[in-house]
Amino acid sequence: MSAAAPDRGARAAGPREAPPPLVVPPLFRYLLRLGDLALVLGQRLGEWVGHAPVLEEDLGLANIALDLIGQARLLLAYAGEVEGRGRGEDDLAFSRQHAEYLNPTLAEQPNGDFGETIVRQVMLDAFQLELYERLASSRDEHLAAIAAKAVKETRYHLRYSSSWLVRLGDGTAESHARVQAALERLWPYTVELGVEDELDRDMAERGIAPRLADVRTAWSKRIDEILAEATLERPRDRPYTWFGKRGEHSEHLGYMLAEMQYLQRAYPGAQW
Amino acid sequence: MVSAAAEAGAAAEVRAAEVGAAADARIATAWQALARLEDPELPPLTLVELGIVRFLKVRADGVLEAGISPTYTGCPATDYIRQLVEGALAEARIGPFKVSQVLAPAWSSDWITPAGRAKLESLSVVPPERSASAALAGGTAAVRCPRCGSGDTELTSQFGSTPCKALHRCRSCLEPFECFKCI
Repeated sequence: MSAAAPDRGARAAGPREAPPPLVVPPLFRYLLRLGDLALVLGQRLGEWVGHAPVLEEDLGLANIALDLIGQARLLLAYAGEVEGRGRGEDDLAFSRQHAEYLNPTLAEQPNGDFGETIVRQVMLDAFQLELYERLASSRDEHLAAIAAKAVKETRYHLRYSSSWLVRLGDGTAESHARVQAALERLWPYTVELGVEDELDRDMAERGIAPRLADVRTAWSKRIDEILAEATLERPRDRPYTWFGKRGEHSEHLGYMLAEMQYLQRAYPGAQW
Repeated sequence: MVSAAAEAGAAAEVRAAEVGAAADARIATAWQALARLEDPELPPLTLVELGIVRFLKVRADGVLEAGISPTYTGCPATDYIRQLVEGALAEARIGPFKVSQVLAPAWSSDWITPAGRAKLESLSVVPPERSASAALAGGTAAVRCPRCGSGDTELTSQFGSTPCKALHRCRSCLEPFECFKCI
């Protein structure tokens, strides 16, 4: 007791390092939105591996998943750097809770049948394409470089998904009815893609990101063209209450993360 | 005074030239070491022929920096390629070095060298079209079958056995084949 007392006193009196600031940089949150979209969608597509209707589509979906996870790695690694607390891409992917994920809710929706996966993919490929094209001239050089790289891959993704949507929509009565139903089910989630909040406005004002309204307009036009060719009817916008990009998710994300994060939760830091 | 300063200046120039020559020699040795590295998925194509090794330079702090670019962001070979480059540079004994990832400008299939294109053909993989940007904007031109030379071919899948290749089939000889994608 008596020996410990002076030590305690000395420690209290000595210079103390200030705790690291807990301010979360807005750019960190914005990068999470982009990175989580890529990661969650990539993980969902990965669920098709070994289950796709034919080998070519198995390869196609797996390749797109791989590109998306590659984009997520770059975006999350950069997010970790911006945050400055020593978290890397793996920490961010495997050690965050579901409410800390900032992907749009559409990305986490279950695969459904092949047609439903394709509908989700067209909506998000077109969104990523419009976004990345504009982010390629971001004032943030590193983000611009990632976007310029990703935009090339995303063009291939949209070419794949939109050509399938046209084949299914303009196919048999059965395939048409199924993708139209999938479109009705998923459409409400697309509203979120164009809803601008304070973070989006802040990023746009600083020249880091485009104005989301511009992305939304271009997205909408592109989707109309694809739907017309696929002989599908665009559903009407309806009110929508989840906001994944603010961390308010549907119940599906938790189940997905439970599977995706299991190994790192059970054996933290495991590598192979 | 003037001559002393001139002498000092001349000596500094000689030293700079020596440093420059030493740096050039290191860079040349490093290029030789890297020229032997084959792509893990497309041997005997080398990383240099694929345009993955972007630059070698000696920085002011004496570290030799090698810039490499991923072909696709998710290509599983990216980490392995980095290890190959680090291993080759360590073995070449060119002094301190660092391997960095170069994202901008993004890698393009246009950068595959003529020797690399010839090797792709020898593997029966159709080389990418000459202008990736034109191909990306306007879709794919007719692809010739690498086996029978027929132009009557079809795309069966935009995605093949690796991220960089697409699957095609020849309608004349009915053989499937791969084509390097334009990006």
